Amino acid sequence: MTEPVNQPPANRQQGTAPEASAAPVASGLDTVENAAATPDKEQPYATLGLKDDEYARIREILGRRPTSGELAMYSVMWSEHCSYKSSKKYLRQFGQKVTPEMKKNLMVGIGENAGVVDVGEGWAVTFKVESHNHPSYIEPFQGAATGVGGIVRDIISMGARPVAVMDQLRFGKIDEPDTARVVHGVVGGISFYGNCLGLPNIGGETYFDPVYQGNPLVNALSVGVLRHEDLHLANASGVGNKVVLFGARTGGDGIGGASILASDTFASGGPTKRPAVQVGDPFAEKVLIECCLELFAEKLVEGIQDLGAAGISCATSELASNGDGGMYISLDDVLLRDPTLTAEEILMSESQERMMAVVTPEKLDAFLAVTAKWDVETSVLGEVTDTGRLIIDWHGERIVDVDPRTVAVDGPVYDRPVAYPAWIDALQASSASTLARPDGTTESGTAELRDQFLALVGSPNLADKSWITNQYDYYVGGNTALSFPDDGGMIRVDEGSGLGFAIATDANGRYGQLDPRQAARLALAEAYRNVAVTGAVPAAVTDCLNFGSPENPEVMWQFSEAVEGLSDACLELGIPVTGGNVSFYNQTGATPIFPTTVAGVLGVIDDVARRIPSGWQDAGDNIYLLGTTREELDGSAWAGTVHGHLGGRPPVVDLDAERRLAELLRAGSLESLVGSAHDLSDGGLAQALAESVLRFGVGARVWLSEIVERDGVDVATALFSESTGRVIVSVPREDDVKFRGLCDGRGYPVLRIGVTDAAVGEQPVLEVQDVFTVGLEELRASHQATLAEHFGPVVGQGAAQEYYTPGA
Amino acid sequence: MRIGVITFPGSLDDRDARRAVRAAGAEDVALWHGDHDLSGVDALVLPGGFSYGDYLRCGAIASLSPIMNEVVDAANKGMPVLGICNGFQMLAEAHLLPGGLIRNDHGAFIRRDQHLRVENTATAWTNGFTAGQQIVIPLKNGEGEYVASAETIERLEGDGRVAFRYLGVNPNGSINDIAGVTNERGNVVGLMPHPEHATEPGFGPDTRAAMRSGVDGLTFFTSAIAALQAA
Repeated sequence: MTEPVNQPPANRQQGTAPEASAAPVASGLDTVENAAATPDKEQPYATLGLKDDEYARIREILGRRPTSGELAMYSVMWSEHCSYKSSKKYLRQFGQKVTPEMKKNLMVGIGENAGVVDVGEGWAVTFKVESHNHPSYIEPFQGAATGVGGIVRDIISMGARPVAVMDQLRFGKIDEPDTARVVHGVVGGISFYGNCLGLPNIGGETYFDPVYQGNPLVNALSVGVLRHEDLHLANASGVGNKVVLFGARTGGDGIGGASILASDTFASGGPTKRPAVQVGDPFAEKVLIECCLELFAEKLVEGIQDLGAAGISCATSELASNGDGGMYISLDDVLLRDPTLTAEEILMSESQERMMAVVTPEKLDAFLAVTAKWDVETSVLGEVTDTGRLIIDWHGERIVDVDPRTVAVDGPVYDRPVAYPAWIDALQASSASTLARPDGTTESGTAELRDQFLALVGSPNLADKSWITNQYDYYVGGNTALSFPDDGGMIRVDEGSGLGFAIATDANGRYGQLDPRQAARLALAEAYRNVAVTGAVPAAVTDCLNFGSPENPEVMWQFSEAVEGLSDACLELGIPVTGGNVSFYNQTGATPIFPTTVAGVLGVIDDVARRIPSGWQDAGDNIYLLGTTREELDGSAWAGTVHGHLGGRPPVVDLDAERRLAELLRAGSLESLVGSAHDLSDGGLAQALAESVLRFGVGARVWLSEIVERDGVDVATALFSESTGRVIVSVPREDDVKFRGLCDGRGYPVLRIGVTDAAVGEQPVLEVQDVFTVGLEELRASHQATLAEHFGPVVGQGAAQEYYTPGA
Repeated sequence: MRIGVITFPGSLDDRDARRAVRAAGAEDVALWHGDHDLSGVDALVLPGGFSYGDYLRCGAIASLSPIMNEVVDAANKGMPVLGICNGFQMLAEAHLLPGGLIRNDHGAFIRRDQHLRVENTATAWTNGFTAGQQIVIPLKNGEGEYVASAETIERLEGDGRVAFRYLGVNPNGSINDIAGVTNERGNVVGLMPHPEHATEPGFGPDTRAAMRSGVDGLTFFTSAIAALQAA
């Protein structure tokens, strides 16, 4: 095998890559030769985020000190963000706790850019959620925008067409002045980038809590669809194949984003980290998507990898590690936005909208023709080798010569100290059951319940989110069957058959603080239920684990609990984790955020025409409550909003019951017995009733007496408890007998609790018999006022009918 | 009947517009901005999106695309041309329609199911509506505020060339609630709302009958087919 340097890629200037023998001192470059000759040179490894022992390990691997270019590569690739060095030990459980049955429909599991699930009829779906927390605090607009851009490129890398996005957002206290800055920026950034890409935004979550004040969470999820044969992977195989960089030019933005920004906490008074935030250009990404899809369709790509965290360092080392093991790169051929960039900066830059592909020499011309058609700038950087080395030349000298696996795969793995938090026993002992609850049998008590109901409906976490979601396009693509405010989003995959997927994500940081293991199970159970209520069958899981500093043993305890809880729960429900993301160092000063485990569940539906909305559409339907209610107010929205309380133990989860509930809902959907279905979670039955009324403006009369009697709870508990395994469904009268038979046959607890279409005069109302009555207008006003008050008016809010079509 | 939909770099609703053309019963033809060829189509749709990332001004760069020479010629000869959202912005930039579109008065992108009143039923794209008909069409844009000089507005209103008006809520501050306009001949129509997203039951705006069942947008496309058949 000839040394690849003797066979320069076609478009590279001849004569710029001689044998790496030029005098290192004369050029001022830190070459491999220079590094070997000057072992004692001081290197800024600590500034780049590497610890003493990590630097020593790099020297040991190389048998010399690293060049400055190699140091740049190792520093970003061995960062917490890229290497998962603190979490790896735990994340293995996701791959271990699986049965053959769970793997049956899994085409690609953990480890690739995103997992891929076979959804039938030759179609596959790929999806993943990722964090972009720290950039979104420093520079909310660009941080959130590039969060969307990054996860979308992961989806393209699998060979898929991205078809939807969702966001999981957590901000500080709603009335802190800085919260508005972050909210406006983040929502504007997501709107700007996602809308411009033409990706429907179909759901998500928004929470406010002081614990996220100095460290908001911006998680972004994307879903893509592909035909089985279009699956692509990130590997560089085939000696002599060309390594091609295409998309936007490389600039000075996002340098060291993965290491110094994402893998550290914010310290006050330090230098600004703003240059470490990337800047996004959604137009460049949109063109890149279409260009990639055309390249895939014409089968011009052997392997592909997006450039995200750690940029060229990551793409080259990962592609080489996953393929034949060697790669030669001429760094001079990288197209630059800023010609003054150094080699180290080029290696570390996280400029957006770039992809790296491996292309056979025979197909290179066809490849370049497609990128030219889309006006996508392209340069051939080098080629695949079988030397086992990743070699990078710059200005004719060798600046990197490493085993790529030591950069991308065999990074450090830590077994961080774990400590049970001393404070948690006292927190769990402080149950919400000791808080005063209004007496639903007295006049003053029912008046108080009415006030509490409206306070919850208008509380920041339960209030209407139209101020945010009105800025998102959910129509584009023409395949959106469900979107916010329904419990799950749903997209049609096949226009002929109606095959589609549903997706929902959930997390509850308050539960996480009380019991991170239970909170992870609860998040999964809720996302699973939210998919089930749409009529889809839950099939796979993605997760985003947002935690404080892993160097804090109590945080590591929370993390280990959450991963165990989530992986066990996935095994119990029989749905595999296909990929996800860990975000550590989410804290302000010494205070970590609540452990926030976001679980995303993907479900499959054979025909989206069967989908079930979350609100009442028709008059005269019976309303049923599935599941039983316990006194579970610890950590609830009621305890937080009414009493400012957080303590006790989160609700119990019965995953077997959740599975039976999902099967029951699917059976109901298949027989078209269910007019609507809405899961009960934050705010309990009261909030679910309110949202069911508000969805289409149809009222209801509801009675709680049978819940109170059967479950032995008081009226306040019946309204506000957050017991799991519960859903309210509306059933047309003519299907009543069949539906009850379905529930009885499956042994799932069911009570008829009301009937739709209550009204006082012309106005629809929610009447909770013997407790309170609230008119649609008052309910809507309470629900809609909160975000508008803090962030600005919502166009059209308060205007007449949103639902009814005049003259229809 | 063949209706072409032009894809520009950054077009987003091009595939959706083609689906709507098929739903209306015509053959859809994909056209590329860089060509000088309309492939013999009978009518044209300039779809929504963010062509060239809205750089410079929305639609400004796309209005100079190679294919726009052919579009302008065909429009001037009477071919039915519909500009939706970004397509409307291109038609305004190309001076096939008067006025311009600027940033929404409230400064943010907005997506809503928008009620419209059909003001002119004599155009190639509205002849299937009844005068004054109220319809619901999804709206989604950041720069949809229609502006024009006082003289232009007076002329448009006087000639009945306002094709659609926002009803109930003016979502972007447009003068006289103008949502869409037509040229003098009535063959070129542009509007900010997206009729292609109200053509398939299950994927349109909500109506009293059922969730996402609104198909008022279909009439735009069936109108064009009728206009071509009558010609």
